[in-house]
Amino acid sequence: MAVRAIFLLQFFLSTIFSGKVDGYTVTGRVRIPGFSLKGSGYSAKASNVKVILNGGQIVTFLRPNGYFSFHNVSAGTHLIEVTAIGYFFSPVRVDVSARNPGMVQAALTENRRSLIELVLEPLSEEQYYELKEPVTIMSLVKSPIGMMFGFMLFVMFVMPKLAENVDPEEIKRTQEEIMRGQGSLSSLLPGAQSSN
Amino acid sequence: MAKITAFFLLLCIIFFSSCYNTFALYEDQVGLMDWHQQYIGKVKKAVFQTQKAGRKRVVVSTEENAIAALDLRHGEIFWRLILGVNDAIDEIDIALGKYVVTLSSGGSVLRAWNLPDGQMIWESFLLGSKPSRSLLLTPTNFGANKDNVILVYSNGCLHAVSSIDGDILWKKDLAQNGMDVQHLVHPEESDTIYTLGIGDTQFEAYVISVRNGEVLKHSNMEFPGGFSGDLLLPTSDKAVVLDSSGSTLVSISFVGGEIKFQKFQISDLQGYSGVAVLLPSKLAGMVAVKIDRSLLFAKVKAEGTLEVVDTVPGVEAVSDSLTFADGQTAFGLIQQDGGKIQLTVKSSDDWKSHFLKESIEVDQQRGLVHKIFINNYVRTDRTYGFRALIVMEDHSLLLLQQGAVVWNREDALASIIDVTTSELPVQKDGVSVAKVEHNLFEWLKGHLLKLKATLMIATPDDLAAVLQIRLQSAEKSKMTRDHNGFRKLLIVLTRAGKLFALHTGDGRIVWSRLLTTFRKSGTCESPRGLKLYQWQVPHHHALDENPSVLVVGTCGHNSDASGILSFVDAYKGEELNYLAPTRSIALVIPLPFTDSTEQRLHLIIDAEGYGHLYPRTPEAVDIFQKELGNIYWYSVDINNNLLKGHVVKKNCKEEIADDGYCFESSDLWSVVFPSDSEKIIATSTRILSEVVHTQAKVNADQDVLYKYISKNVLFLATVTPKAMGNIGSVTPDDSWLYVYLVDTITGRVLLRMSHHGCQGPVHAVFSENWVVYHYFNLRAHRYEMSVVEIYDQSRADNKDVLKLVLGKHNLSAPVSSYARPEVMTKSQSYFFSHSVKAVAVTSTAKGITSKQLLIGTIGDQVLALDKRFLDPRRTLNPTQAEKEEGIIPLTDTLPIMPQAYVTHALKVEGLRSIITIPAKLESTTLVFAHGVDLFFTRLAPSKTYDSLTDDFNYALLLLTIVALVIAIFVTWIWSEKKELQEKWR
Repeated sequence: MAVRAIFLLQFFLSTIFSGKVDGYTVTGRVRIPGFSLKGSGYSAKASNVKVILNGGQIVTFLRPNGYFSFHNVSAGTHLIEVTAIGYFFSPVRVDVSARNPGMVQAALTENRRSLIELVLEPLSEEQYYELKEPVTIMSLVKSPIGMMFGFMLFVMFVMPKLAENVDPEEIKRTQEEIMRGQGSLSSLLPGAQSSN
Repeated sequence: MAKITAFFLLLCIIFFSSCYNTFALYEDQVGLMDWHQQYIGKVKKAVFQTQKAGRKRVVVSTEENAIAALDLRHGEIFWRLILGVNDAIDEIDIALGKYVVTLSSGGSVLRAWNLPDGQMIWESFLLGSKPSRSLLLTPTNFGANKDNVILVYSNGCLHAVSSIDGDILWKKDLAQNGMDVQHLVHPEESDTIYTLGIGDTQFEAYVISVRNGEVLKHSNMEFPGGFSGDLLLPTSDKAVVLDSSGSTLVSISFVGGEIKFQKFQISDLQGYSGVAVLLPSKLAGMVAVKIDRSLLFAKVKAEGTLEVVDTVPGVEAVSDSLTFADGQTAFGLIQQDGGKIQLTVKSSDDWKSHFLKESIEVDQQRGLVHKIFINNYVRTDRTYGFRALIVMEDHSLLLLQQGAVVWNREDALASIIDVTTSELPVQKDGVSVAKVEHNLFEWLKGHLLKLKATLMIATPDDLAAVLQIRLQSAEKSKMTRDHNGFRKLLIVLTRAGKLFALHTGDGRIVWSRLLTTFRKSGTCESPRGLKLYQWQVPHHHALDENPSVLVVGTCGHNSDASGILSFVDAYKGEELNYLAPTRSIALVIPLPFTDSTEQRLHLIIDAEGYGHLYPRTPEAVDIFQKELGNIYWYSVDINNNLLKGHVVKKNCKEEIADDGYCFESSDLWSVVFPSDSEKIIATSTRILSEVVHTQAKVNADQDVLYKYISKNVLFLATVTPKAMGNIGSVTPDDSWLYVYLVDTITGRVLLRMSHHGCQGPVHAVFSENWVVYHYFNLRAHRYEMSVVEIYDQSRADNKDVLKLVLGKHNLSAPVSSYARPEVMTKSQSYFFSHSVKAVAVTSTAKGITSKQLLIGTIGDQVLALDKRFLDPRRTLNPTQAEKEEGIIPLTDTLPIMPQAYVTHALKVEGLRSIITIPAKLESTTLVFAHGVDLFFTRLAPSKTYDSLTDDFNYALLLLTIVALVIAIFVTWIWSEKKELQEKWR
């Protein structure tokens, strides 16, 4: 989650002076740690990264060195979003000042941290799949079928042992007690009463 | 004994706790319930890259703003990029043999992409002074070390751009005198380029130095009578254009800046009448003129005269010229007769000979050939062969080679307009099911493999086999109805006017049909589809009939353009009937009535506000007459900021229509928004087919809240006119967002709420008694989502359970839309990180299962978010009772859990819409997201509580039971033995 602090004083903003078009160019950079732009794999491809201004007004892509630029941007407060499969980027608020061209302020909207340089880094990596836990003995035992098995084994092997430990006479006594109990219980029933 | 009971209880607890499985997918479950298809859209331009050995490919740009490199052997996508919505691609070419160069956004953005992988290499922003056509020239040889220059003419300026890093070398403004520059010409081995253009009556040529952009020579010449249409450039020193009367071809020689005109009368030719049009194909040394249905080919001779070579009838498309080895040039032309395509590749130098003449059968449902691109290859016997890439009327892309269609791509599916579903046929006895069903042995084998996998004793081969079995389960792609209602047909209408039926199991195309009524014709200039409706859904007494869908379209872009209605069989794809052209179509209201054949009644409102009833049967009129006066509709007029309610009252007067199917409606109410302070930007209503399970909501403190459930509530959002633009164009102080809830029967405004400092775009979804909407908060500079829930206060005193039981409450009182119940609304807002492209809500068969919001994010992913996160009753510290009820402590931001992306690691590029369809199984909903890509999956918002998961291991269960039975026998034998021993003792 930690975002590396960047203390490079460098900001890219150039004004384009031309006839009718009066816009600014906002240039920034996307840096993804441990991500080689020439790499391969399911997400690690720079061509899958898009940089989006104001929710789709302009969409641009990254150069091999990670730089991107938006041209012809009007003065005002804008929003830059980076989309890359496998990473979560905070949208960035960018203030393009009309009064003093060259001044640009940027801040992450998620945590309100201001950026000294327009270098965008992912806040976190995104793991889209549930991680499969390796099968352990415990998980097998915990599964319903494992428990059925365990119970069966318990009945098969432990129960007789438990029964063995008990004094046979005691069993007899308890059995008798149960019988008596049944008798007293049955005496409560009207049908049983008549039989008595 | 007590011990055992305790043990058993414990067992139960563990059992149930282990049943709780997490929502997200495991990586090996990808493709089990979902499918994903990638498309590119209708191809605009294609460039072949086959020179070097290795993978042969074709690079295409499309109408969906996609750039893609396709494999020439199979038609698969090597790489693909979708540019922004406003970034339409004008030109595409290959530079230096390794970069794809694209010119987009009206010629203002030039980008170079790496040919092998689609990585962007550089990007240049080209500024100009005024809009003009965009031209791109990537010369192959500029002599010594100059072959790295790309020339671009756009927005009135000529730019020279380095193809290595995209630096602008020089720029020349050519827009001063209103000339329309149409060609950039680079004569071989020279250091200059010609810029050719025509004004109204004059031809202009600039000779410009490539080195520094200096104008070496500027010449122009008046042509009396003027020109019409585009300038053609058959050779590098002569241009051809039609004059303004369209009857004379003018050949223009401009070598060295000396302009010379030569006229050539077409009308002199015998037997030709009608309008001549110059075909924009770039043919070497030739021009093609279309007159009526035939093509006239004329050769441009060295001295500038034109000579007619041939006229060919029935030509649909002509390719550009292709130069191949030893300077030969060839071009392809297509003649078509129904499903039979005749491809001819001709030499431009010698008309009589041709390189290739092939006749190919193509599916009739693809329509006419729209475009052709040709490419050559060297056969094994060192002769030249040709392949042709053709774009059809239905937007599909076909590669023809050696007299056959090598591959085809159904790229109409990249532009879906509307989707509806149809149930599959009921499984009948005698229909061969055995063919697809596994036999028991195979079934057991599969499960044993699965068992091995769970016990981690499977070899990699076994694992692969398991995956294969799961993915290719014949069960999911059968053509019959299933118990759970997972198998359905998705009927999709595409922009090409082609209708497809996709199977939800595996996404394959069951049938496709290019609707004849949606093809361009004399009466219908630019037909386009609007909507799909379920016309006939047989389920009770008409089971033998096939269901059918109603396709609604219009002939033009105006509101009063005539309409098209087409009725299509959902199983076979046959067009049963059509009505075209009909009255204009402003609104289609599917009525809740069906006739004896289960055809649904539809009222189609035209631009003047008259309703027309379909189907056109006396029976339908009888049904409708009974309900006359009960049919209400509303209209939203965005231009005039007007919301109006109407009621269908009586039959039309005879002068309008006397067929008896026309009904007049009168205005009931109207809401006018002051246009200087509010502009309507979004509306949303409940989906008509939505089912609500219960109206009462029981609180944690045993209080009952009654949901205000009405099908006639409209959500409407307005913003101040200043806030209509993009983010960054307005300050928070000038921007207000208002939301309304309006009853569409009475016009009563149930709620008006304002958000200061907020603006659109607003995406809203309405379900049951709540609305969720997404908008931008300028003060916080973040997106927000708000929820509004409406409760019926008039029933608030019906809390007495005794009254409820005895029926002494007003729940059984008739509910009328005219009643004005007290309503109470609750609302809460949260931050949401992403921009949103679409919002939908899950829907289930009975509405019992809790709801999830499906949010299509700017990254083209679909996120599932529990409705519980958007609950106005959330507080910072919920009480114990509230926690038990499932209320989540309040946070300022809605959580985004990566595992909650239903599209997992996939993207639905160019996402436009998300559709949810209830399955028969209450817990499950089907989700279809479409854009340039298609994605389908099954969701269970509250887990699959009513069925076992697909992963359930039956073999393990069986094995355990067998083991238990054996164990019983063993213990029985043991006990017998023991008893015997006891007795012997």
